[in-house]
Amino acid sequence: MNIDEMKLKADERAIFALRALYGKYGYSQYKMSKFEEYDLYVRNKNFLISDNIITFTDTNGKLMALKPDVTLSIIKNSKDEADRVEKVYYNENVYRISGSTKSFREIMQVGLECIGDIDDYSIFEVLMLAAESIKTISSEGELDISHLGIVSAVLDKIGLFGRDRDSVLSLIGEKNIHDIKTVCRGAGISDEYAELLKNLISIYGKPADVIGKLKNVLGDIIPSSLIDELDSIVTALDEIGCGDIIKIDFSVVNDMHYYNGIVFKGFVPGVPTGVLSGGQYDKLLKKMGKKSRAIGFAVYLDMLERLTDGEEFDVDTVVLYGDGISLKSLSEKIKELTNNGESVMAVKSVPENIKYKKLVDLIKGE
Amino acid sequence: MKTILNIALPKGRLGEKVYSMFEKAGFECPSIKENNRKLIFENEEVGVRYFWVKPSDVSIYVERGAADIGVAGKDILLEYQPDIYELLDLNLGKCRMAVAAKADFHDDPRRTLRVATKFVNIAQNHYAAKGRDIDIIHLNGSIEIAPILGLSDVIVDIVETGTTLKENDLNVIETVVPISARLIANKSSFRFKNEQIEKLTQQIVAQLEAKND
Repeated sequence: MNIDEMKLKADERAIFALRALYGKYGYSQYKMSKFEEYDLYVRNKNFLISDNIITFTDTNGKLMALKPDVTLSIIKNSKDEADRVEKVYYNENVYRISGSTKSFREIMQVGLECIGDIDDYSIFEVLMLAAESIKTISSEGELDISHLGIVSAVLDKIGLFGRDRDSVLSLIGEKNIHDIKTVCRGAGISDEYAELLKNLISIYGKPADVIGKLKNVLGDIIPSSLIDELDSIVTALDEIGCGDIIKIDFSVVNDMHYYNGIVFKGFVPGVPTGVLSGGQYDKLLKKMGKKSRAIGFAVYLDMLERLTDGEEFDVDTVVLYGDGISLKSLSEKIKELTNNGESVMAVKSVPENIKYKKLVDLIKGE
Repeated sequence: MKTILNIALPKGRLGEKVYSMFEKAGFECPSIKENNRKLIFENEEVGVRYFWVKPSDVSIYVERGAADIGVAGKDILLEYQPDIYELLDLNLGKCRMAVAAKADFHDDPRRTLRVATKFVNIAQNHYAAKGRDIDIIHLNGSIEIAPILGLSDVIVDIVETGTTLKENDLNVIETVVPISARLIANKSSFRFKNEQIEKLTQQIVAQLEAKND
């Protein structure tokens, strides 16, 4: 079967390309049911982006949910064996509340998870696939990487804990330097340390330009192994040709109760929010009683709809026919037109609100 | 062609003050000063397009990428929590979010506190942090009359000079949070129009510092 790629929407094209990409690196497709026991989400509520979940009672009286997230289901069913790595990708619908309208939406997600005995290569491979995913969607995209271990070490050093730590973390996510200063002052933290956070947030750019600066700012303050870890991964990514789209940005933050280590977000021009989000979430597995470590990401395909230009015409040609036209002559005409590569709509009268390039009126004998 | 930086300005005096700061920063657009009813103004040479929107809508334009940057009050940002970058405190439009009540108000912690406000989230978060049980009454305007008519015990609202409160015989009993205008940016635009946004931000920082000296 020949598929005309031009006819596919940006999100449909992305699905095909991403599935092929993940398959190429040994990730197998993970298929799952649309439903999951509600209990799983209650226990890990904060891991979810929104805590509004569609629930219903199944025939046994058990409270079920329409999946708001795929990762939790995959982890729940992962084997948790030492010295083993499970590599899976998924292409599933999830059900979430949309931000502005507060109504439920079905969102198509493609993503992958690498669970088990995670090492530097696993982290590198997932980041490389995230970078390649962004490149698949747009040639001008960007993948921003942060290291929560670094952010966490800085917050420890400064002495920010509890609620102040949580609020500073979300302010880091907003690049909000002025309010961080206010919180620090309220917590009795010196301006010198607040300045340190300012420097951390201001670091944004290509790894080659930024790593040196990072060492200058934080070298004496946090263990150098953390910076070296980030450095070695971004260097490896650069060497295989992903360097042009990678930037380091410490404002990329995920919930520290679940995530640790490397976290990242992908952006493409023309889409106002991130289209890809992921990171290392060893802490979530620990909470679920598993020894394994894990890293993964999801691509939000609903966001890509905006990248497709609307079609100018609904159909190339409208063919008008009437009772006097024989089936044979009508079908021959249609065949002739479709063989020319045109899309054709055969009707007895032209429908309202249809835009077409050409009208063929068989009644008038054209 | 130069990439155009889209800027959402809040209609009114605050927006005009902000425009003059942006103009000084090299992002001028003379047509904006023409006295007419147009809402969109463009200067292709400099690569900038301004538009006037309702102040409470600025964060929506920025979050959804119709504007790359904009200026919004901290009250709006706290209330709607848009997913944006908050780059600068412009130190303009300063006021505070406060709790006010009638002069003879006595807070009885055994009773649910009835709170009238336009800012439901801010009020809820403020009292949740204290563990106080409240009944929120969402109003869209003339909040001050709620305690007078017995609709609520207190109000949570923006206080600038306090004149309106005084005239209605209300007192501020607590400040919730200080408010001022903030420069905000769309998270995607911050990356793809970084050079222009950084340039503007740095120029504004210089202006703010010069003012403080």
